[in-house]
Amino acid sequence: MRAATTEVSQPSQAALSRRWFFNRKVVPILFVLPILLVNVTVVLGPSIGSIYFSLTEWNGIGLAKFIGLANFQAILTDKQYFHAFQNNLTWLLFFLTIPIALALLAASMIAPMRKGGLFFRALLFIPFILPSVITASIWKDLLQIDTGLGALAAKMGLPGLNIAYFGNLQTSLLSAAFVDNWHWWGFLMVLFLTAMQSVPTELYDAARIDGANRWNEFLHVTLPGISPTLVFMLLMTGIWSFLAFDYVWILTQGGPAGSSELLSVLVFKHAFQRFEAGYAAAIGLTMSFFAAIIISIFQILRKRGWEI
Amino acid sequence: MRHKISSRRTNSLLPNYVIVMLLVVFAIGPLIILLFNSVKSPSDAGQNLLGFPREIVWSNFPRAWTIGLFGTTVPNSLILMGGTVAGTLSLGGMAAYSIAKLKMPGAGLLTMYMLVSSSLPVQLFLVPLFFMWRKLDLVNNLFGLIIIYVATNAPFAIFLLRAYMVQIPNDFEDAARVDGAGEWGVFSHVVVPLSWPAFLTVGLVVSLNVWNEFLLASVFLTKQELFTVVTSYYSFSSAYSGRDWGLTSAGAVIMIAPLLILFLFLQRRFIEGLTQGGLKG
Repeated sequence: MRAATTEVSQPSQAALSRRWFFNRKVVPILFVLPILLVNVTVVLGPSIGSIYFSLTEWNGIGLAKFIGLANFQAILTDKQYFHAFQNNLTWLLFFLTIPIALALLAASMIAPMRKGGLFFRALLFIPFILPSVITASIWKDLLQIDTGLGALAAKMGLPGLNIAYFGNLQTSLLSAAFVDNWHWWGFLMVLFLTAMQSVPTELYDAARIDGANRWNEFLHVTLPGISPTLVFMLLMTGIWSFLAFDYVWILTQGGPAGSSELLSVLVFKHAFQRFEAGYAAAIGLTMSFFAAIIISIFQILRKRGWEI
Repeated sequence: MRHKISSRRTNSLLPNYVIVMLLVVFAIGPLIILLFNSVKSPSDAGQNLLGFPREIVWSNFPRAWTIGLFGTTVPNSLILMGGTVAGTLSLGGMAAYSIAKLKMPGAGLLTMYMLVSSSLPVQLFLVPLFFMWRKLDLVNNLFGLIIIYVATNAPFAIFLLRAYMVQIPNDFEDAARVDGAGEWGVFSHVVVPLSWPAFLTVGLVVSLNVWNEFLLASVFLTKQELFTVVTSYYSFSSAYSGRDWGLTSAGAVIMIAPLLILFLFLQRRFIEGLTQGGLKG
């Protein structure tokens, strides 16, 4: 390209090198600058701001008063925070087991199919594309105490299931997790299915010749074959579990009596209902801290040679 | 011998189909019930929430459209969607082009930054962002929310577009450059037309993200005339749920019907785009 320009106009050496510098160094940066500016303004700047505001007492409107680490000291003795943190751990445990098991089951059932595999994959994926408000309202209806699935079970001779799932101290958190999972597991299934389909079929043939049954095949061929995807999704689940918000907020708003409160819900309430923006920023910062711990576990495993 | 193995294999797939069918009932059953409920009268739904409709009441749909304020919320959501898709595709596409094709100095650093930024939780930057946006008069402003959506969708868009552009042979661009095109010309007349499948995938995923987004929309748009379909449905369904199931179900069907129809036609692109986004983000 430069050769072509020289032949035509023969500009001076200095002009050429200025032009080269502009094309090679400035133009590429001009192309990324707009999106970088937008992202820094929306994500990075306020994230750094959060670090500052977490050290202040601030109602969100007036001036922020610097109070050092007082917010973090308050967190240490905040019973609501501790309770929400425990709920986040329950949430994490739920999402590390139930959706993974369901997705593994479905993917390993669909993977060997020669007919209908794509069709089932699409059907099971559909809940993932629905908005959270719709998913929540569908299940609120289905779990109605006197006309929903619980009532149906009671009518068919299974008493005890017709309870107010979202209004009960013991069940509110797990019910919200159940609804979130209904929308979520199909996504995991597709990821696992894609991974399973790239496991070489010779491995299955070899296992079969060795007399392996289906369970052995799953344990010794499928699971090792998809382990990079599996471990990666376990770690992502770990990160996302600390950020979960939509379903709990829409279904229970953290209630009743804080029984389904998550850290994200506390941030929301402190910032926008109790006007304690500084304290909210401090809670948000601890949430990122938990996510960062999980990311570092991920990095350590990688350094140890895990294929993630 | 080989024949025997494969025939044994097809026979033994029957339990697979049974189990998958049960899972399909779990995944799709609730949607079928929603569809049934959307044409039930209030008394029918009240007594018979899980069964077939006894009579079909189409009027739930026009009622839900009016009471659910879809006449104002659908345009709002479409504006947000259009603006975000346009912003993300143009600005993200430019950045992807620079990283993939122009050997941008510091490309590795930028990719790293985008990775980090895509894994930062909304709760971390939400509070300062809200108060900054309020100072700038960008709260209760569709354009203000579009900027936020462009920023949060950018990392995914850049990763996916870059991955596609890297595969385009350089010969095409070089030919255009020899013909005297500048980088902008190469980008808009050569690389963008060649990468349209990736742009389409990103556009679909971003549209879906915006249409479904709840947390940011409920924080940044608090005036009723600016509600999106999702935030408006949230207040609509809490007002009518338990009283008029036909009405809320019809509203839900209005909201998800376009999604399901699009998904039906473009399901592979949807699934691939969304799962790639999940893996990267």
